[in-house]
Amino acid sequence: MTAAFSKKQKAVVKGAIISSLMAATMAFLLSIFMLGLRTKSAAGALVLEPRFTLVAGITVLVFSGRLLLHLFWWNKKALSSHSFKQPGWFEQLASSKKIGWFGQLALAQKLKGLGKHGGTIMIALCFILPLLLFFFNLKLGTGLPLRYWFDIATLILTYIMLGWGLNIVVGLAGLLDLGYVAFYAIGAYSYALLAQHFGLSFWLCLPLAGLLAATWGVILGFPVLRLRGDYLAIVTLAFGEIIRIILLNWYQFTGGPDGLSGVPRPSFFGLPFKRYGDQTFHIFFGLDYSSLHRILFLYYIILLLALLTNFVTHKMRRLPIGRAWEALREDETACRSLGINTVNTKLTAFATGAMFGGFAGSFFATRQGFISPESFTFIESAIILAIVVLGGMGSQIGVVIASVVMIGGFELLRNMEGLKYVFGQEFDPSLYRMILFGFAMVAIMVWKPRGLISARLPTIFLKTETAVSPSPQNKGDAQ
Amino acid sequence: MEYFLQQLINGVTLGSIYGLIAIGYTMVYGIIGMINFAHGDIFMVSSFISLIVFLALLSLGLTFIPLALFLVLVISMVITAAYGWTVERLAYRPLRDSFRLAPLITAIGMSIVLQNYVQIAQGARVKPLPPIIKGSYTLMEHDGFIVQISNMQIIIILTTLILMLGFSWLISRTSLGRSQRACEQDRTMAALLGVNVDRTISLTFVIGAALASVAGFMYLLYYGVIDFYIGFVAGIKAFTAAVLGGIGSLPGAMLGGLIIGLIETFWSAYFSIEYKDVAAFATLAIVLIFMPSGLLGKPEVEKV
Repeated sequence: MTAAFSKKQKAVVKGAIISSLMAATMAFLLSIFMLGLRTKSAAGALVLEPRFTLVAGITVLVFSGRLLLHLFWWNKKALSSHSFKQPGWFEQLASSKKIGWFGQLALAQKLKGLGKHGGTIMIALCFILPLLLFFFNLKLGTGLPLRYWFDIATLILTYIMLGWGLNIVVGLAGLLDLGYVAFYAIGAYSYALLAQHFGLSFWLCLPLAGLLAATWGVILGFPVLRLRGDYLAIVTLAFGEIIRIILLNWYQFTGGPDGLSGVPRPSFFGLPFKRYGDQTFHIFFGLDYSSLHRILFLYYIILLLALLTNFVTHKMRRLPIGRAWEALREDETACRSLGINTVNTKLTAFATGAMFGGFAGSFFATRQGFISPESFTFIESAIILAIVVLGGMGSQIGVVIASVVMIGGFELLRNMEGLKYVFGQEFDPSLYRMILFGFAMVAIMVWKPRGLISARLPTIFLKTETAVSPSPQNKGDAQ
Repeated sequence: MEYFLQQLINGVTLGSIYGLIAIGYTMVYGIIGMINFAHGDIFMVSSFISLIVFLALLSLGLTFIPLALFLVLVISMVITAAYGWTVERLAYRPLRDSFRLAPLITAIGMSIVLQNYVQIAQGARVKPLPPIIKGSYTLMEHDGFIVQISNMQIIIILTTLILMLGFSWLISRTSLGRSQRACEQDRTMAALLGVNVDRTISLTFVIGAALASVAGFMYLLYYGVIDFYIGFVAGIKAFTAAVLGGIGSLPGAMLGGLIIGLIETFWSAYFSIEYKDVAAFATLAIVLIFMPSGLLGKPEVEKV
């Protein structure tokens, strides 16, 4: 076999080994102190605990991983004996470039076709399935952990709603908002404070919270929306932090770090979900009391709220203002030349997104019954942004997929007891959640900068429908 | 007056640290026009590396403190530079020609990765280090109030000054500095004239990270407490400093750092310590709204 190696192949192998060695050296440098020595407090001072096997393992892993990639993936053509082999179906599929944007278009159209019927079916399932499960469980006593399932579904739906809300700002109008959690917080605190001080019900507070969040969106947005994209991102981040710090320190009003507890639960047209009382939900409908009623009710509230967000976005995209948003995302200068008032357009997008954030916030407050500034840190903004980015900015179904995968997937990760047997008893999978989030953000941006569902169908077209080219816009304007 | 003087000294010290971090932001922004959001976390990583290397040297029996500190600084600079290089290679280089917000999003991803990496590797608890450089000089004494400058503060201010001078020399006199300035003006043209653009950008990240590691090292010695979250707030403040001084301008970054350090110190001293971060963040918003090109920056002309 060795005789069959050509000069070129030898050079490739040599290059692969050198490159892998360099990568391994880098991995060694990066991990030798940070992973190799763990600081531990013992008797008042810090001591070091060596873990050099870990460093060795990582170095070897990086070396062999890179070597394998070099030999069997990147340089496959140069090393294979038939140098002009036809690429197989797998290669064709694997390289997204070969599919091109015609493929993307076909995919998008398929998804759209799927969305027409599949979307309705999905929504119907979302409505019927929980009820079915609930009644089956009631009649048959299957003992399924329904409460847990409903809780997760509610959590995922909350993130879907937040993702859709942020999608208006980031996906449609192209404004990178890193402080979205501020509006979530404003919604939550608005509901909690209004309910506490004025005794208003959830259903009255919900629009009020949305309105307050939108107002704050306008107040914060107005001075900064004329800024360029990345500056805007940092300023919104600063605003998000300012609001969190104020919530943390304004003790008399917000309860400071202790937060607000005893946030009232929502009622079903005035019927509370309580075990005891004259007019409660289960007495009115002649049912046996079950704590699941309330959980199920919360699930349906967030389902309706999320659908409302989607519906409004869908309709807005067909209005002049929605078209202006999308035009703004593609080219701001052109918009201005065509007489679109960019500040007002941005402001409406910002305020609409903020309003849905506020709705989601007051839902969060009523679901948890307790809120504190800890729930509204920057990382929360980053998670919502990650969902929007990974799903494909501007794609509604992408947000759903990303939320289910990320929130649901990590919930699964949390429960994987089996991993403990692989990595040892101290292994806590939930710790790795955020690191995976971060890597996913980087990987998606590198691999598919427009997100998983990257082809966007225009809302308006002349004669035939063509996808907006997924090739990145604003090329080379970095300077 | 004495109180004011004391706060001035504290503010200048803090400002030096911010200034060193801000240079990393401003250089990267100047050369590729992106906000390197992970730079604050590079600073945090460097302070951890400094701590670990220092403890390792102590446990190896090196008790001569000045030599130990020097070694710590050098090793920490090398390792942190490796981190800066890796971040650029993994998260920014593949996106050179992507749309404008893409590198910002990967930068946020990288920032999350670094924070959680350190949290997993070293634990979430704060890491204390007893003061190593002790002693101070009394500058003046009036009505029982003493104005002091500690040895640590002197070291920080002096180190920053020396680094700034060396750094200005690097940018204005060496061929690396010339390629950097060439890339800043026109990357395509620089490439046509034989400047290795990718290498220059990588070196920019390496230099930025090395300067941040000096800041991280001094932060560790000055405050004596670090955790995996210090990079976030320090990063935003340093970015504010870079913007305030005029992003892309190196003396501007240093000036902005000093101003932010002073604002923060005086705000904590005279108003409220709880809202000191609000002061810095509000400065950022105000500067960006009213003075987007900063104190020493050039106004940006948008070309179509």
